[in-house]
Order: sequence, then structure tokens, then C-alpha cells
Amino acid sequence: MSEKVLMKGNEAFAEAAIRGGCRFYFGYPITPQSEIPEFMSRELPKRGGTFLQAESELGAINMAYGAGAAGGSVFISSSSPGIALMQEGMSFLCSAEVPLVALNVSRGGPGIGGIQPGQADYNQVTRGGGNGDYKIPVLAPASIQEAVDMLYEAAELARKWQNPIMVFADGIMGQMMEPVILPEQKPFTDASDIRAERPWAITGYGDDDTTKNVVKSLRMQPDDLERHVEYLFEKYDRAEKELVRVETQDIEDADIVLVAFGTVARIAREAIEILAERGIKAGLIRPITLWPFPYDAFDGIGDRTKVVISAELSMGQLMQDVKLGVGKRLPVKLINRTGGMIPTSLELADRAEKIYKEVK
Amino acid sequence: MATPVFEYTKGMHRVDTNFCPGCTHGIAHRLITETLDEMGMLGNAIGVAPIGCSVQAHKFMNVDMCEAAHGRAPAVASGIRRVHPDKLVYTYQGDGDLASIGTAEIVHAAARGEKFTTFFINNCIYGMTGGQMAPTTLIGQKSTTSQDGRTKEQAGNPIRVSELLSTLDGAVYVERVALNTPANIRKAKAAVRRAFEIQRQGLGFTFIEFLSTCPTNWGVTPPDAMKWLTDNMLPYYPLGVYKQPEKQDGEVAK
Amino acid sequence: MSTTKLFFAGSGGQGIILMGQMVTYAAMYEDYETMYYPSYGPEMRGGTANCTVIVSDKPVSSPLIYDADCVVAMNLPSLLKFESMVKPGGVLLINSSIIDRKATREDIRVLEVPTMEIAKEIGNPRGANMVMLGAAIRATGVVSQEKIEKVMREKAFTGKKAPTIPLNIVAFESFKI
Repeated sequence: MSEKVLMKGNEAFAEAAIRGGCRFYFGYPITPQSEIPEFMSRELPKRGGTFLQAESELGAINMAYGAGAAGGSVFISSSSPGIALMQEGMSFLCSAEVPLVALNVSRGGPGIGGIQPGQADYNQVTRGGGNGDYKIPVLAPASIQEAVDMLYEAAELARKWQNPIMVFADGIMGQMMEPVILPEQKPFTDASDIRAERPWAITGYGDDDTTKNVVKSLRMQPDDLERHVEYLFEKYDRAEKELVRVETQDIEDADIVLVAFGTVARIAREAIEILAERGIKAGLIRPITLWPFPYDAFDGIGDRTKVVISAELSMGQLMQDVKLGVGKRLPVKLINRTGGMIPTSLELADRAEKIYKEVK
Repeated sequence: MATPVFEYTKGMHRVDTNFCPGCTHGIAHRLITETLDEMGMLGNAIGVAPIGCSVQAHKFMNVDMCEAAHGRAPAVASGIRRVHPDKLVYTYQGDGDLASIGTAEIVHAAARGEKFTTFFINNCIYGMTGGQMAPTTLIGQKSTTSQDGRTKEQAGNPIRVSELLSTLDGAVYVERVALNTPANIRKAKAAVRRAFEIQRQGLGFTFIEFLSTCPTNWGVTPPDAMKWLTDNMLPYYPLGVYKQPEKQDGEVAK
Repeated sequence: MSTTKLFFAGSGGQGIILMGQMVTYAAMYEDYETMYYPSYGPEMRGGTANCTVIVSDKPVSSPLIYDADCVVAMNLPSLLKFESMVKPGGVLLINSSIIDRKATREDIRVLEVPTMEIAKEIGNPRGANMVMLGAAIRATGVVSQEKIEKVMREKAFTGKKAPTIPLNIVAFESFKI
């Protein structure tokens, strides 16, 4: 096993993506993830990869599409408004079934918003911010080690599902440092081996033009497009079953159940300890995948529970999914901060206690 | 048996194109793919065609190809070229695409000296979307969004893309050709060959602007379209080499 | 120990980030769970800087703290803003070289550390932050001096800075509690 190293989130994310086999990175500076393009510009060329600073996030996502369509293993990163600009490409890549590893180190919005951490991209990343019917699996880590493991795995997942995979971290995780164990470097694929490994890629068909490839998203005939979308959704239906991940803690016999992901889930864990000192037993559901969302986990909530609370850095975006999971069985309440404000564990515990006393 | 004087090129699939009568897209397609065939590079080329009439190129060109979103082909080709530095890469873009929504992508690709070739179809109008004003639409020219003719006051003057890109150091070969006469078409083919050769030498970004027709959206007959191009486009968009490698050697020297 | 939460605050250039990261590295070398989280003002230079370090024997939960076991205030604004963050029984270290105000609380332990005078006295005028770091580490016992010295050798003072290590160790040891 490798040695523990202390790394800043953003640099650990970048390192993990490289070690997972991502050889190509296209990026554009935006706070709070600019350490990633900086790291990539320094590290990737040394290791046989390619870094290219794009003219915009639109440029970056389309470079990523080109490199991915050509069979390269590609990583991109940005933060909320930059991810918004990339949505044209995300929709395109999903339709064209081009793999991509994407990372959103998110900040507050709307508009340019601020540069402090936020989760208000929840709808943007889980509902697809672009046009048309498509899905992008979204992994939401709560520690740097978990983010590293996800980014390491993501290139393989993207290839398996022929789709972008998004890792959704908040700005706190980008800036914090934690000890991590870095996995072994997976080998990069040589250009000459791409065709064998990814027979759909546009590489130049060589001598046999019967193997010509086209990567595309335009389908002018409505019946053709309908068939294509239905085909994509058969794939997404499978992904929904296979990819869903969740962590639960004491939900079988809790007075209240908190639902939170990312950094907020960590704050919630501490809030649960504070609540326990006050005689309130709180459980936690931490969605690890935001799409597919772990709706089934809510069936595990026991009869003792009086209320389910969505704790989030947005105005109830996560709560919509929580309500879908809970149904009409229990009231669902919201504890949130937004704009870059983050609740302490004490604030979270106080507000949860107040809600509990109101519904009890 | 008679000796054939003209044959299909291996570079084009044996299907009918669905371009309008009198449209010069077909000529441009043929010049590009015939050249690749002659260079023995059909199987070592990768093309990008963004949305617009151009987007159908993959149905006709016998080359590995991908579509691109409107305007983004130069970014897409930049990505492809990073993965396959040994292949010939090209984009095939119309004027609405390249000169309007895709200006950032084309300017920066040229500035970076990206080692791919862009073929720019300039017919002074948006084709596929139905004849709207393009950045290249001439003053006085009628379109569905300049129904009394384009005015400088309302829309500014048309953009001359070859001149614009030739100011960038990364663009090493920029030539404007026209597809209006057999002589000009022969010159256009030589330009295509030269662009691919320069790309192969890794000298930088190469750019060929084809002055082309759109009889349907111009509202003229195919023969009149050729005359319209000659009378109206040539004076505003002068043909010629705007940029070429300073030191010419081997195949490149003509 | 279960969990120790430290908070370092001051202005850019006072070594706030360095102090925080050194404790975090040392905690990792001790095989504790640890986390470091910085917060900067919008300025590239000369702005405010602070960082949180959590050291624990279980996985670190919230990265944000409201109840520090130890607050290090390197300048006056930091003292005014973060004195209240020290939890009862915790320790507040004041850089008394430039802070001419006293702590107001009586339910905490307060150490006034004349970092710059001490640093000058021992012939390491740039070592004020190491003086303070030593004080904070000994006041909390969060990590050992041995591991701090390892951090100095392997992370903080490498290459051209390596010759400064002996003087920095002297600085680290100089404030006696």
C-alpha cells in the first residue's frame, strides 16, 4: 500500500484523475478550482499527457469532446458558472456517447454569485443543465480520500457507460488538506492502440474504409431521434440500478433523519453527536451518487422517526429529491445556508432540534 | 472498352448528396476528399463538421468524422489533434458557424497555431436555418433577417475572415479561393493540397476560404448564382494568398 | 486525546498558513486523522489569513469550527474577532509583540507570547512564527516536537532553507510555558 501524503483537495483531485488514466486535460481558470489547471500544466506534460488552456469553458468542453471522440481519456474541471457554460457540450457528449471525467468544484450562485462554497448546482448537475433528455452520473465525495477514489475510478466508469461522469465537490473540499493514499498509476493508452480499445473512436480508419467511424448527435428524422433517446434511456435505467451509492447511519430507530451530501454530511455527523447529548437521536442518509439518487434508502427509515431534514447549501434543491424518497410518509423540512455561507455543526443541531420540537 | 475520363473518387461515398442544385458544397467536398485520396491519406484523416449544411459532410466524405456544435469545430479539432498528432485533421465550416458563433474558437485555434486545416465555406448567408443574415452577408444583400438589404448602420460591415486570421502569427497559410469557374476550382484544389502538405509538415494553422454559392437562399438560379458570386463577392472578398510560410521547401514551393 | 481543534489567525505574511500546515503534517506523521482548511481575504497580498486544523483519533467530521481548543492570534483584528471562539478551558495565544490589548475572558488560559522580541533575542528575527508555533504545540500537546522537527526537515525547510532548521528549532523551543 502506498504511503499517506497530505494534499490540498484540488491537487489531489488532479493527481487522482491522472492516475486513473486521464491523459488529456482542457481547462480554463475559475475560482475555486484554478489549482487544478495549474497543477495539470505542471504535471501532465512531464508524464506523457497533454494540458491545454482553452479560450473559454465552451472551448474546453469542446476540446474535451474532440479528444474523447478521438479515443483519448479526458479530464476537465471547472466551477459552477463555468460548468454552466459547458452544458452545451455535456448534452452533446451524452448524445454522442463520448466518455469524459468532469469535476465541478462548486461555488455559490446564481449568476456569477460568489467564490465561497455552495451546492446550488444540485439541479444543474443532477437534472442536466443542457438541452434534451440525458443523464450524467454524479458522484459526491465527502472527503479528499473519497474524491480521490472516485476520480481514479471515473475514467473507467465513463468508458463503461460511454457517458460523462461528474464528480461534484464543493469549494471547501477543493481548498482543504487531508492525508490521502494515492492509488497506482494506470497506464495511458498509446494513440496507436486506441482503435483496438475503443473501436467506435475517430482515429482515421487506416486501410479498411468499411470500418469508418462517425461520432455525432444530430438526428433529423424524429423516429430516428426517438429511437436514439430510448436507447440512451435503456442505458440510463441500467445505470440507475448499478451505480446508485449511499451511506446511512442509524436511520432505523432515529427521532429525526438528516439528509446531506459532501461537506454538509460531515457537518451533519458532528451535529448528530451534539443532538445525542441533548437526548435526540438523529440518523443520517448521505447520498454518494446524486444521480442516480438513492431513493430506496428512505425505505429504511424506521417508525420512530418524526421528521426528515434536508441539510444543504442551496434553497431546497436537494429537498426535492428527499421528498421523492420520503413520499407522504413523513414531513420533510429544510435546513440550509446559501451564497457561500456554511452552517456550523452547532447551528445545524440547534435548527434540527427546533424542527424536531415543532413536529413532535 | 472506352477509357474513362472522369471517375468517382474513393474519397466520396457513392451516395447522392442532398445539397440544393447549384450549391458548391459538393465541389468543396470533392476537392478535399480527392486530395486526401491522392495523398494516400483518406484513412489517416479525421474531419470535423459542425452544424449547418456542413454537418452532413460525414455522409459524403469517406473519412472518420465527427459532428460538432455550432461554431465549436476548431476546439473539437484541437482536442482531436492532441490525441492523434500524426493524423491529418480538418474542420469544414460555414460562415454563420465560423464567422459568427464560432469566432472565439477559430481565432484562438489560429493563434495557437493548431496543426489542422480549416475549410471555410463563405456563401454570405445562413443556409440550413433558412437564409438569415450572416456576418459575411454583403451590404445591400437581402436575407430573411435583413429583408430590405443589410445596412452598415444596423449590422456593420461584413467580416473578411481570411484577412482577419492572417494577422495571427499561428496562422501560417491562409488563402481565399472561389468555386465559380473551372480555372478557380483547379486553383482551389491546389490550395487544398498545399494546406494539407503544410499541416503535415507541422508548420501551423492552415486556412482555406472557399467563396461559395447558395442559390436557394439567394433566390437565384444555379447559373445566376455563379454570376452573383463573381459580380458581388469577388470585389469585396479578393482572392489570393494572404499568408504563407516564409521559407518554402519541397512540395510546398510552387 | 479525542479531537483537538486549532485556529491560527493573522495577516498575510505572518506565517499563518505555514504554522497550520506544519501541525497538520505532524499530525499525519503521528498517524492521527487530520484536516487543514484555510480561509483568505480577497487580497493577493497583505490581507487577512486564517486556518483551521483538526487533529483527531477518529475521522474528522465538520471542517468548520466554532469551538477551538486553541486560538493563535497573530494580530489585533484576529484577537478581537476570534477570542470568543476559544472554548471554555481552551487556550488563547496572543502575539504580544504587536497586540497591545489584553484578553477579556477569564474562563480560558491566555498566553502572551512576545514572538518578535524572542526571535530577535535568539538571533532568528524571521522566526517569530516558529516561536508561536512552539508555544501552541506545548500548550496543547497536540503533536510531538519530534514530529514537528520531521516536518521541518521534510516539508517546511527543504533545499536552500534547510540550513535554517537548527535556528528554527531554537525558536520553536524558546517560549517556556
